[in-house]
Amino acid sequence: MQTSLKLTVAAAVLLSLGACASKPKPVAEDTTPVEVVDTTPTPTAPVEETVVAPTGPLAGSLDDFRVNVGERVYYDLDGYRLDSDDQEILKRQAAWLASYPQVRILVAGNCDERGTREYNLALGERRASIVKDYLVSLGVDSSRIDTISYGKERPIAAGSDEQSWALNRNGFTQIVSGSTS
Amino acid sequence: MKRILMALVTAFLFATSFALPSAAQLQVRVTDGNFTPTPLAIPDFQISGANAELAKQISDVVRADLTSTGLFEMQNPASFIQKDLSLDVQPRFADWKIINTDGLVVGQYEELPDGKIAVSFRLWDVYAGEVMRINGQPGRRLTTTPDNWRRIAHKIADSIYTRLTGEDPYFDTRIVYIAETGPKLERVKRLAIMDSDGANQQYLTPGRNTVLTPRFSPSAQEITYMSYEGGKPRIYLFNIETGRQELLGNFPGMTFAPRFSRDGQSVLLTQAQRGNSDIYIMNLRTRESRRLTDHPAIDTSPSMSPDGDAIVFTSDRGGSPQLYIMNTDGSPRTCPSGGRDAACRITFGKGNYSTPVWSPRGDLVAFTKQSGGKFYIGVIGVDGKGERLLTEAYLDEGPDWSPNGRVIVYFRESRPGAGPQLWSVDLSGRNEQRMQTQTDASDPAWSPLLQ
Repeated sequence: MQTSLKLTVAAAVLLSLGACASKPKPVAEDTTPVEVVDTTPTPTAPVEETVVAPTGPLAGSLDDFRVNVGERVYYDLDGYRLDSDDQEILKRQAAWLASYPQVRILVAGNCDERGTREYNLALGERRASIVKDYLVSLGVDSSRIDTISYGKERPIAAGSDEQSWALNRNGFTQIVSGSTS
Repeated sequence: MKRILMALVTAFLFATSFALPSAAQLQVRVTDGNFTPTPLAIPDFQISGANAELAKQISDVVRADLTSTGLFEMQNPASFIQKDLSLDVQPRFADWKIINTDGLVVGQYEELPDGKIAVSFRLWDVYAGEVMRINGQPGRRLTTTPDNWRRIAHKIADSIYTRLTGEDPYFDTRIVYIAETGPKLERVKRLAIMDSDGANQQYLTPGRNTVLTPRFSPSAQEITYMSYEGGKPRIYLFNIETGRQELLGNFPGMTFAPRFSRDGQSVLLTQAQRGNSDIYIMNLRTRESRRLTDHPAIDTSPSMSPDGDAIVFTSDRGGSPQLYIMNTDGSPRTCPSGGRDAACRITFGKGNYSTPVWSPRGDLVAFTKQSGGKFYIGVIGVDGKGERLLTEAYLDEGPDWSPNGRVIVYFRESRPGAGPQLWSVDLSGRNEQRMQTQTDASDPAWSPLLQ
């Protein structure tokens, strides 16, 4: 829980710093722990105690990774280079993967719809490989990482506009096994 | 059409003879700049049998095929003067000239004792006043089972088209494509096939896995395509007759962008591994493959020349996707610029070029161009000269050639958010037409002429 909480705070800070960047970022969920213990002493009335069970993601779970680490990096138009925001997300992924060494991941490279199908399949593979290479450079064992390209076949935003295309140009780290449920 | 010339010649000779020098015969020039469709009359075929509806349908399909070329204008049956046409009797040409018909098709439908059907037809040159011989014969007779009637119609249309234009036939063919259903974020993609006129649409795969980019073998019985079966994007062979699907090759990386070699003995493909896509050729008999490009840039979408000597492909080695040509045997090539290189760049226009497909005639490459927020289908000479854009839309992508090299099929999203549809355009840039499909459709590929 301690680790998870630290990551939560780190993620919140990073997300707020990243908000002014040109690339779209996923909307952050409210991950503030809801455990509240009212221990204010009151000399006249009996002490009332309320305990609410934590509902944040379980450490090491898929949600923990998605919410507290970040599962996607976003690319510029026709690009495949990782900028500092992307690198921060991948550093958190690498740290998380170091904490959960049994986890295996699949990195998918995705492209927007404004390219032709076969070139986008190649570009998506390049994007996925660059994410893998970066994670490996941060110490993640390459045997834990598979890559796949979906080209323009797996959009996450349905619109046909700049903002949707920017969201659809992404590298998606998916946990395939080894997470806590 | 040299209508005036023909009319003069005909008037001069009319009283004396039906025989004319062949040079004056009805001939449709498909490349004329100032173009007027040639008027043809195709009355419903004469009937010898019970199924008058089938006879009518066959003549309907012949008319529809010829009309779809944009080269012919079907005369309105209401204007026909001669009603007593017979296959074996010369038509009254004056009755057809007076309604300005250049060509007349007279057909006859028969039901045979063995349950088959037969259709016979003759093509008449109205102004020359003579029958137009097809393969040296004054007519053709085609026989098949009743359920196969559409192929008879397509073959008749092919005969007429070829006789009048001098171009190779293309109606008796099929189109394979990807049928798309479901919302944009959960698209179901199935391999589908139909006749060249959109009839007989069938799904070939159930849609459990995303399938992409089907292409015909020169035999028209096999398709190569890419599938995400088992979660791995790889290329497969699919036999249309048996429905059998077979994984092609044993590559460590992802394989995609397959296309048969012209002799059908090999498949060109792309393998992507560790962030780099390169082109390979795999012999289908030995299953051995040879690497054709070895470059850190993306190299993909290979398409072979008709003589097999060269391959056009997409590469971003120059910084953006462009078209390049290399020799199949890997030897250096003399480029249009004069230098010798492993691969010669042929596109230098503004924008990105991709999905090259070498024409069956060998002189042109069709491509997708992306520039200024628009997509175009175009053609360019193999020497990089004479680029022509034939279409323009929000998204036009993935051209393929009719087997005679006259028509290009592609897919289009006409506006943002519109699903993809199949379209065709004549090489002249005229006659852009939507092809009707039951669902959204993409990645069309044209079969060779059926056997």
